[in-house]
Formats: sequence, C-alpha cells, structure tokens
Amino acid sequence: MSDKRAQHKSKLTLDRGIPGAFEGETVTRRRFMTGTAHTAGAVAAASFLLPALGFAVGPIFKKNVVRWETVGTIDDFPDNNYIPTVLTVTPGIGEAGKTTVYVRKYNPTLDASSSDNALPYIAISDRCVHLGCPVRWVDAAERFICPCHGGVYEMLGKPIAGPPVRPLDRFYTRVNGEKVEVGARFSVNSLLRRFSPRDPGEPLDGIGQYLYPSRPDARK
Amino acid sequence: MPKLPNIPAPPLPGPLQEPPPRPGEHNGAGGPLEDAKQAGITTVAWLDERTSLSGAARWMMFRKVPKGTNWFYTLGSATMFAFLNQAVTGVFLAMYYRPEAGGGAYESVRYLTNDVFLGQFVRGMHKWGASVMVVLVFVHMGRTFFFGAYKYPRELNWVIGVVLLILTMAMSFTGYLLPFDERAYWATTVGVNINGTGPLIGPYLSDFLRGGAEIGATTLSRFYAIHMLLIPGLLIALIGAHLYLVAKLGTTAPPWKQSQKRRELHEAEV
Repeated sequence: MSDKRAQHKSKLTLDRGIPGAFEGETVTRRRFMTGTAHTAGAVAAASFLLPALGFAVGPIFKKNVVRWETVGTIDDFPDNNYIPTVLTVTPGIGEAGKTTVYVRKYNPTLDASSSDNALPYIAISDRCVHLGCPVRWVDAAERFICPCHGGVYEMLGKPIAGPPVRPLDRFYTRVNGEKVEVGARFSVNSLLRRFSPRDPGEPLDGIGQYLYPSRPDARK
Repeated sequence: MPKLPNIPAPPLPGPLQEPPPRPGEHNGAGGPLEDAKQAGITTVAWLDERTSLSGAARWMMFRKVPKGTNWFYTLGSATMFAFLNQAVTGVFLAMYYRPEAGGGAYESVRYLTNDVFLGQFVRGMHKWGASVMVVLVFVHMGRTFFFGAYKYPRELNWVIGVVLLILTMAMSFTGYLLPFDERAYWATTVGVNINGTGPLIGPYLSDFLRGGAEIGATTLSRFYAIHMLLIPGLLIALIGAHLYLVAKLGTTAPPWKQSQKRRELHEAEV
C-alpha cells in the first residue's frame, strides 16, 4: 500500500505506471490537455477583453491639441473689470462644447502678488471649482457667484465663501498683433501658483496636488 | 318560472371521479374549446418532454411560504415589475433616440415627446418609472432589514441586492444625461465631478466617465452604451441569481411569528 502511494507521488509519469509514458515525462497528457484548453480559453477571452478595456480607458491618455482662440482685440478688455467671452473647448458638438471665459487686462496693482503668473491678459474660467457649475461675474459686487451650491470668489478668483476648494481656473493668454488669444487651461492654488489643469473639487494646497494627479497628457 | 342559477356539482371523492382524458386520447368530441385546450396541452407536453422545464417551473412557482406572509413580501416582485417596465419602455424609446451630442439627442427626445403618438406617455413611463423603481428598491431593502431576512443563510442574497441597488443608481445617473438638455448637462457635470473628488483614482474615474477631459460627444455615447447595454445585462443576470436564491432558500416568517414560535419553544423546554 505504502509502495503504491510512493509510486503515485512520483513526478515521473513512467514511475506512476501511466500507459504510454515517456521517459523523463512529468506532465500527464490529461493535465496537458486541460492546461491547453484553459490557455486557449484565456487567449480567446483576452483577445476581445483587452482591446475593449483599452478602448474604454484610452481617452485618459489621449493627447489634447492646444488650440489658441481669438476672443477679441486688445482694446476690448479693461484692467479693472471682466468681459465675458465664449470659448469652444470641445469642437463639433455645438453649444454643449462651449464655455465662458472672463477676460481682463493684466493689472499691476491687482496682480502684483501673482507676478510669476504674469500674462498679458487674465482669463478666468467660469467653471466653479466646487463641482463644475458655471459661475457668473457680478459687476456690482465684484464677485464671481456660483448658482448651484453658493460658492463665492473675489476679483482674482480666490474663494471667499461656500464650498470651493481652490481659486478659479485660468487660461493662458497671448497677444497676436491686435488680437487677444486664449489657449490652454491651467489651475492655481491659493497662492495663485500655476499647476496642470485639475477637475473641480480637487484641492491643490498641501498634499492636494499629489492626491489628485493631473491628466497624463496635460502635464508639462 | 325564473331560471335557477347553476349549482356546482357536489365534490366527489377521488376514486368516484371520472379520470380526465390522457393527452392524445382526445377523440374530437367536446367542440372547439376542447380542441384548443388539447392543442395547448400537446404543445406544453412536447416542450416538456424535450426540456424537462416543468420541474423547474414547479420548483420556482409552487413553494411553501411561512405563516404570516403578508403584503410586504410583494415588494420584491413590485421592484421587478418596475424594472420590466423600464426595460420595455426603454427598448421602445431607443427606437427614436439618437445619442448625438451636437443637438441630435435633444432633438430626437423633443420629437419623440411632442410628435410621436403616445411618445410623451412612454417617455413618462420610463422617466417616472425610474423614480418608482428606486423608491421600491429602498422599501424592499427596508422590509428585508426590519424583518431580519438578511440573516443566515440569506447573506449572499443581501449582498446581491446591494449590488443591484448600486446598479440601479448607476442606471439613474447614466440615464439622466441622455435627454441632453440643460438639466442633464449640468447634473452630469456635477455628478462626474463628485466622482473626481475621490483621492488618487478620482481624476482617472471622471476621465473614464467623460471619455476625456471635457463632457462631449464621447460622454453621451458612453453613457448611452452603459445605460442600455452594460448595466441592463448585469441587472438581468443578478436579478436571476437573486430570484434563484429566494426560491432555493425560501422566505422568512415575519419577526412577530418567529418570536411567537421561540416563546412557545422556550415554554416547552421549561
């Protein structure tokens, strides 16, 4: 009995008395066939699952082309008040692809604290950094006010009331001849330091920038 | 003399009753009604001989239920009928709907609501039925919780139920975008950004949902595919598993019946 069990335990099929065994063979044909069938199944499943997964996840890594869009001429924008302009962020889908950008000229007195961000024009996104509703510039109050959950921002876009977690996003600007052009979006922290664009609701102070990584394609 | 109502025949003991004709023994006497009955019996017998489905049907439908079973036990079926309503009306809405972000989606919904015969009604069934289903899911869940019906051996059915709840909420979320009006657009903006506030994976999750950095054509077609293909498939499969476990394990008696029994048992021991 113990002899038989020892034979059974041997790795070699020859020792185990399996018919048609080769010398030095350790894998039985039954096991080999089972393994082959499983592998074939796995390959067949992976051949449609992996492309489907890549297809679904791919847009995360899609390279976005930076488009510069003209929003007006250099005389259109004062340096102490915002002018709303419309920017197309997603072409081809009509109204749904447009967003409002509030533009004013760079003002040395106002923007001195963020001089490292010095751009010829200050372009502030209307996307509330709480959850993405459109904020409105209220001239009389000199505030950006969000209609959804009560976010309020001051002149520079820094939050002063409500749930927003960082100042309003901005856009790169440049002057091309007489025209003012608006480019890619960037986010700022509470000191108005520039960061790769983040979605609303993602703080950038402290460890926020590490807890909420930016899109791979948007990094500098 | 006025006609007397038909008095039902007195019940006869089994051996005295005339045996019903065996399938195939029917000789044509009895008129068209009898013929139709025989045709039905023959069809079912033909199917059952080849599939043995009658056993499964009997196992599923003729179950013993505990004493005290009451109207609260119908909430699961009510939820399932709400789901069936969503499935059927959804199929017919899909015949008109176009998931096109450039204005086609809104226009197709406007057309089916205003111009298609009964379109407003079918869309209303789908829209309000969605809320009804969510409410029923929660009431059904509350019934299960307060009756203690989630306890051994029914824990797995509770877990499946929670997954069904999450899938129902995902259906509500993805379906909300499809009319592509102002409400849909901004609600989805806010919903996707709530997903994004999760640390580390949040930003990737919202990118996955939108299919890019901004809400656009990809977002709409993605939500449409999730709403009408991915989640319904999962829902149907899991409802099947849920029902199988209900039939397999049976239902629980209401807690007041259980405590009554326990008290009786306790008295007997003393």
